[in-house]
Amino acid sequence: MKILVALKQVPARDLTVEADGARAWIDESALSHEINEPDAYALEAALQLKESSGGEVVAVSAGPARVQTALREALAKGADRAIHIAVEGEAARGTDPSVTAMLLEAAVRGEQPQLVLTGLQSEDTGSGQTGVILASRLGWPHATLVVAIEPGPDSVRVKRELEAGWFQYVTIPWPAVLAVQSGISRLRYATLMGIKRAKTKEIRSVAPPPEAAAQPNIRLKGLAEPRRLRQTQFLAGSPAEQAAQLVEKLRFEARVL
Amino acid sequence: MSGILVVLERQGGAWHKMSFEALAGALELGRATGLSVSVCVPASGAREAAAEAAVAGVDGVTVLEHEALEAYAADAWVEALAEWIAGVRPDYVVFPHTYQTRDFAPALAARFGRTLMADSTGFFVEGGLPVFERPLFQGKHIGRFVFETPAPNFVSFQAGAFRGVPPAGGAAPVAVKRPSLDAARIRQRPEPPFRETAQAVDLSAAERIVAVGRGIQDEGNLELARQLAAAFGAELAASRPIIDSGWLPADRQVGSSGQTVAPRLYIALGISGALQHIVGMKGAGCIVAINRDAKAPIFEIADYALIGDLFEIAPALIGALSS
Repeated sequence: MKILVALKQVPARDLTVEADGARAWIDESALSHEINEPDAYALEAALQLKESSGGEVVAVSAGPARVQTALREALAKGADRAIHIAVEGEAARGTDPSVTAMLLEAAVRGEQPQLVLTGLQSEDTGSGQTGVILASRLGWPHATLVVAIEPGPDSVRVKRELEAGWFQYVTIPWPAVLAVQSGISRLRYATLMGIKRAKTKEIRSVAPPPEAAAQPNIRLKGLAEPRRLRQTQFLAGSPAEQAAQLVEKLRFEARVL
Repeated sequence: MSGILVVLERQGGAWHKMSFEALAGALELGRATGLSVSVCVPASGAREAAAEAAVAGVDGVTVLEHEALEAYAADAWVEALAEWIAGVRPDYVVFPHTYQTRDFAPALAARFGRTLMADSTGFFVEGGLPVFERPLFQGKHIGRFVFETPAPNFVSFQAGAFRGVPPAGGAAPVAVKRPSLDAARIRQRPEPPFRETAQAVDLSAAERIVAVGRGIQDEGNLELARQLAAAFGAELAASRPIIDSGWLPADRQVGSSGQTVAPRLYIALGISGALQHIVGMKGAGCIVAINRDAKAPIFEIADYALIGDLFEIAPALIGALSS
């Protein structure tokens, strides 16, 4: 089975992300990046499917030159080859997921895989739509919130997570797009051998399709500070002083102890 | 025609609780833009319940009634709603940002060449047009977005973005329409929903909760969280990454995919405050956040914030509680 995995590279999770001077976007100059965690789970699911039923895993990412690092990591973990859709600026950010889906659609049409896997959502723009829009554009069926994948000859049966601890199995015909929920299985680390091998694997750079340069459907006008929902008291001092203040306040101010 | 069309969700023969929050958001959007609001409910057997959506301010309620709309399937929802929207021609289509909406609404919007404004927390009007806010970078920033496309445009409102209007019968007419759905064209074959295991822990009944997140770093460090929970007389809970790592069982998870809790005291230990977690605990009476990142979104909703190393603060707290 040929599987295409769409990966997004996002700012590393633990970093403070500052707005740029104009508050139009974030200041990317000092950031380091990593593979969007839900997409890492999509890659893991693809590698496990390949191990159980054979085939090929192609990693795809759209973005500036730096996303090749994410693709190289995917190759080191076991993807067979990679496609880098070279885009810069607004189209590379994912603020309109329809643009991202358009970028990926051209790669899918070129590769004709049986299965496309994406993470459920990105940790930066977080709209959680790219896989569904991509499926719609391809005319393929999709399933989201996928936590288990059982491929069959004509169709795939997936376990979907619903709200509040509920699950459901759904069967859809091939070819299909699945948006994978985090935690579908343990993530593997790249081995030294894998990292070495990745250096010989192909990353093909392609230009974005011309339609992706069209005006987006939704546009980010700027960034604002999150609103504080409560009057937060910041407790100062050493850990011991903070702890003593908190216990005092929980006892006599909030009266919850 | 024009106006705002709200799509309400039924779940297991009852209203999804976010449905009436989305309705409240649509009514507010209607007041701000001068547009009328109507409701539609894709369902099977919801005729009587639909009258409850005819609250003040709603012009009409339509049930899209079809046997193929009994069990959820993305194609059925897209087909039925695309037909209805093409006929009604609303300016805006509003959804609750539920798991179900996330599964079909992006495809429905794509059918019209539009992008769903997903997970919006609210809006304000500028130059006569709404500017929608939605979280970016895990809630570290708020993005202000506008539609560049003509009507119809599609928006889903986040859980808790609006206070839900209470269901109430009103004067607005309730109609039942049968969409021209071809069941043979529905590609998803859904099986009945199920629960994995009986939940052993009912966190929703807990008075105090100590919840642990990624900041705990290692499974071996969970013992510290256990000791802190014991010192507070609290139940131990966790955010999703801890459950995904297999460090605690799924019935200890707080958040949109776990339990929703409202204890008197909630202590977030090393939890950054991803939205999926916050929707599960923001109803807590008193929230304490302990995190080394001063910009962590959890501090936005905390009553007491302790910035620092949890491996120093937690033992200090255990000490302070015992003295």
